[in-house]
Amino acid sequence: MPSSADLTAVLLTARLAFVTTVLLLLIATPIAWWLARGRSNLRTVIGAIVTLPLVLPPAVIGFYLLVLLGPEGPLGRLTQQLGLGLLPFTFSGLVVASVIYSMPFVVQPIQQAFVAMGERPMEAAATLRASPLNAFLTVALPLARPGFITAAVLGFAHTVGEFGVVLMIGGNIPGKTQVLSMAIYNHVEALEYQSAHWLAGGMLCFSFLVLLMLYSRGWNRRS
Amino acid sequence: MSILQHSYPGFALKVDLELPARGVTAIFGPSGCGKTTLLRCVAGLERGAKGYLAVDDEVWQDDDVRRFVPVHQRALGYVFQDASLFAHLSVAQNLNYGMQRVPVTLRRVSLEQSIDLLGIAQLLQRSPDALSGGERQRVAIARALASSPRILLLDEPLAALDAARKAEVLPYLEKLHTELDMPVLYVSHAIDEVARLADHLVLLESGQVIASGRAEDLLTRLDLSLAHGDTAGAVLTLTVSGHDERDHLSTVIFSGGLLSLPIQNKVIGQSLRIRVQARDVSLTLQKQSGTSILNILNATVCAIAPDSPGQVMVSLDAGGCTLLARITERSARTLALEPGLKLYAQIKGVAILG
Repeated sequence: MPSSADLTAVLLTARLAFVTTVLLLLIATPIAWWLARGRSNLRTVIGAIVTLPLVLPPAVIGFYLLVLLGPEGPLGRLTQQLGLGLLPFTFSGLVVASVIYSMPFVVQPIQQAFVAMGERPMEAAATLRASPLNAFLTVALPLARPGFITAAVLGFAHTVGEFGVVLMIGGNIPGKTQVLSMAIYNHVEALEYQSAHWLAGGMLCFSFLVLLMLYSRGWNRRS
Repeated sequence: MSILQHSYPGFALKVDLELPARGVTAIFGPSGCGKTTLLRCVAGLERGAKGYLAVDDEVWQDDDVRRFVPVHQRALGYVFQDASLFAHLSVAQNLNYGMQRVPVTLRRVSLEQSIDLLGIAQLLQRSPDALSGGERQRVAIARALASSPRILLLDEPLAALDAARKAEVLPYLEKLHTELDMPVLYVSHAIDEVARLADHLVLLESGQVIASGRAEDLLTRLDLSLAHGDTAGAVLTLTVSGHDERDHLSTVIFSGGLLSLPIQNKVIGQSLRIRVQARDVSLTLQKQSGTSILNILNATVCAIAPDSPGQVMVSLDAGGCTLLARITERSARTLALEPGLKLYAQIKGVAILG
């Protein structure tokens, strides 16, 4: 059986993934809309930056975040001036890191949904007296729903599975920043394979179920 | 509406038009001539367009005073070629979408009226996915009507449909024409739709207006491409004057004479539009007897113009109405056709438009 420390790590991971997913859906939606619909030449640049976490080693992201958010980093100074203190090695720091790390997994499905939808539904809504914001809320968002579901599932699952970034920015503080993957690592280091099996097996099942859900949705849509 | 300009790289649309405030105005031209762009400019969907645009007394765009009314503040109905129904809403919700955004005091077409006009009462609970192409277009038209527009813009609403579906939707478009007092701009590249529906016609070619005027006049003007080729024909408006029950034929009259036509469900005194295709009219100098052709009219040659190789197009005056006849060059020579010549036009068949 997993220990209570392990359960704490599981709950902390779930909380982190939930908060990250909610924040990401809010942040990624306007970015995805702009990337799908904007006319600015900056789109390619921003698109590449948003996708960067997909290809960068997590340790690199974690390292730069640590530098930026640290006491001498520009963002670190800002957070201190704002009275937020320093973010590294706190739960908030983990959230910031996770938001950046999982960004492409959330932006891309939403962006693809907006692109696939085309201009037409928004134009039709405009000819039916809907203001741009109203049309976005009543037509674009509902039509992009499959993209949002995929984005939320991928964002959540990807945050649950992170290791490198979390290690750099969060440390390994039980009950505070120790997430699931960290707990598994600790067990393996201590040769507690039984406990590692419980957690790793759980992760395996979770990941499989998530993908099963996504793929079955895909099949349903096609049939 | 007048003076609208819009250009892409490699394409410029320049239009200066004053259009009637009622009836159906068809914008006709080959694909790529700018007719859809023109319609989108009227709707305000092309932000790059420059110029002046007013519908009734309402100025929707005037770049001299930097006025541009955004699409959603223009009281228009727009039907896209592909219907563009909202897939996440039912038919009923689609119909409500536009209507509920119009203040109650400005609603002039009721939901019931638009449902009745398009005959879609039995479709209301369905999802757009479960509709045929023709049904989708009917719902799209009803949706546009329910938003009580001051002008209805139809962008080739039949182009994506096969012949059977077209025949299903056309009667509804005709009904709109007769039952609603709403100006319609109808974009099309199909001459048969234009002949059937349009009162007024705008001919567009590479972004320029070639001609604009009464449909019946433009369809027979030999200087326009419209009056040439296999599809050319004249549209006439006639009055039903009698029925022969035994032969199932009705007599119809117009200023050019009298025709016998097989029509159903028409009341004496009612008016009727028919289309006489140029290829169905033959010419003879003597009135023929012993022929199966019923309808022979006295006519005078107005003009002769070359058509496809070996063919000429002849425009004829029959009591003030213009008819077209497409005959071979050899026949024209044998008959010694020239303007002013009096002869007989034999009409092999007509299409009854309603």
